[in-house]
Parts: sequence; structure tokens; C-alpha cells
Amino acid sequence: MRAMKLKDIITCVDGTLIIGESHLEDDIERGFASDLMSDVLTILEDNILLITGLSNNQAIRTAEMSDIKNILLVRNKKPSQSMIDMAKELNISLSFTSYSLFKASALLYEKGLKPVY
Amino acid sequence: MYQEYLVPAKDFSIAGVASSNFKRLLKQLNVPPKLIKRIMVAVFEAEINVIAHSYGGKILCEISEDTITVQVIDTGPGIADLDLAMTEGWSTASEEIQELGYGAGMGLPNIKKNCDRLSINTKSGEHTHITMGFDLKEEQ
Repeated sequence: MRAMKLKDIITCVDGTLIIGESHLEDDIERGFASDLMSDVLTILEDNILLITGLSNNQAIRTAEMSDIKNILLVRNKKPSQSMIDMAKELNISLSFTSYSLFKASALLYEKGLKPVY
Repeated sequence: MYQEYLVPAKDFSIAGVASSNFKRLLKQLNVPPKLIKRIMVAVFEAEINVIAHSYGGKILCEISEDTITVQVIDTGPGIADLDLAMTEGWSTASEEIQELGYGAGMGLPNIKKNCDRLSINTKSGEHTHITMGFDLKEEQ
């Protein structure tokens, strides 16, 4: 399956990496866009980018439990220091973009990032 | 091997800490990653339920050669209608819980989906006792 590198994902959405430089070369196959962590927990696929406007520690904790290594925050939601510290500890990359959830998802889909379903 | 984790009520600042510690333990024990993912989604959902809906409780984990058994026991107030609670999309979660990204009524159905065995003992006004079983051999 065609995959996108995290560094290309960040470029595509005019985003900024906050933490997780070691993930820039990660191959990411699918995106899942949701502000609802309950839905994220139903996803069992690997190599997923979580695209969300939920900027709190629970987004990081949910990613940890779902083995999601890369999170893109949308709507210019900048993470708190507590989120950054948690992401660092759990080796999860955290980026943000000023684009909406819809626009970021649409641009990434256009570039070849697949949906989970 | 036996491990116990306490889960306080209503304190979302440490939501997931018990699950996170258990995940670290499973990794140290070289449990297959796909099984760890299933276990952690189920245990994390249960932990969130204890924090969101109960007066607090604990998670008891027993790891043997063939199986991992996780019991989640809270101190009440129990589930009034278990059939309804097992229905996807049905929830009694507060607005505060929903703002945190949970409370979509997916918790118990998702726990069931990820377990090899599940039993739930509950009654309105009493505690809830969930037992989840996971088979180690099939995943190796």
C-alpha cells in the first residue's frame, strides 16, 4: 500500500512538528480524523495518523493505547506543555496545523493517504 | 504473575495511568504486540468507565502461561440496564466526559469486541465486576 512520510504530511498541511523528529521518516498508510476518542479506540489497523481537534492529554493517552505513533492537531490547537511531555515520554509525534479537520483530511486524502474505512 | 492497579473516581487527570503501567508490564513480558493492543483497548475502556461512572475501583491482572485475565471491580453504583449499556451509541456520560473525547456509548461494546471472553456482573445500586479473558497461545 502506498504510504506517506510524516515529513510530507506536515508539508502538505503547512503544519509544524512540535515533538517527535525521529518519526519524520515514518511511513503512514492511513488517516483517521475524529475528535471522539471513543471512536479512535475502535480502530485496530496499524500505521495510522490521528487527525484531531481534541487538544488534551486524553488524545495522547488514546494514541498510546491504540499504538498510534503520530498525531496531527488541527484548527490551530496548540498542545499544552503537559501534552508535549506525555508525547515525548511515550515516543509519539505531535504536529499542528491551522487548517480545519476537513481541509487537512481532504488535502491528505488527495495526496494518497487512505481512510481506515 | 499478579498485578493490581487502583482507579480513583472522577479524576481524569490520571485517566489511563493504570492502563499505561499495565501496558509497560505486558511489553516487558514480551506479549505479542497485536494481543497487547487488544488487551489495552479493552482495559483502557474499562478504566475510563470506572473513572467516569463509578465511585472508584481497581484493576486486577493475572498473567499465566496461556491466558491473561483482567478483572475490573468498582464500588458502585452498578449498571441499571446492562443490555442497554451493551448497545453501541447508548451512553449516560456527562458533558464533561464527552468534552474529553469519551462517552460515545462505545465502551462496553468495544470491550466485548476485543476480549476472547467477557463476563459482567452488575446490578443497580451495587458494584460492577467485569472479567476479561485473553488467550496468549493463539496470537503467537
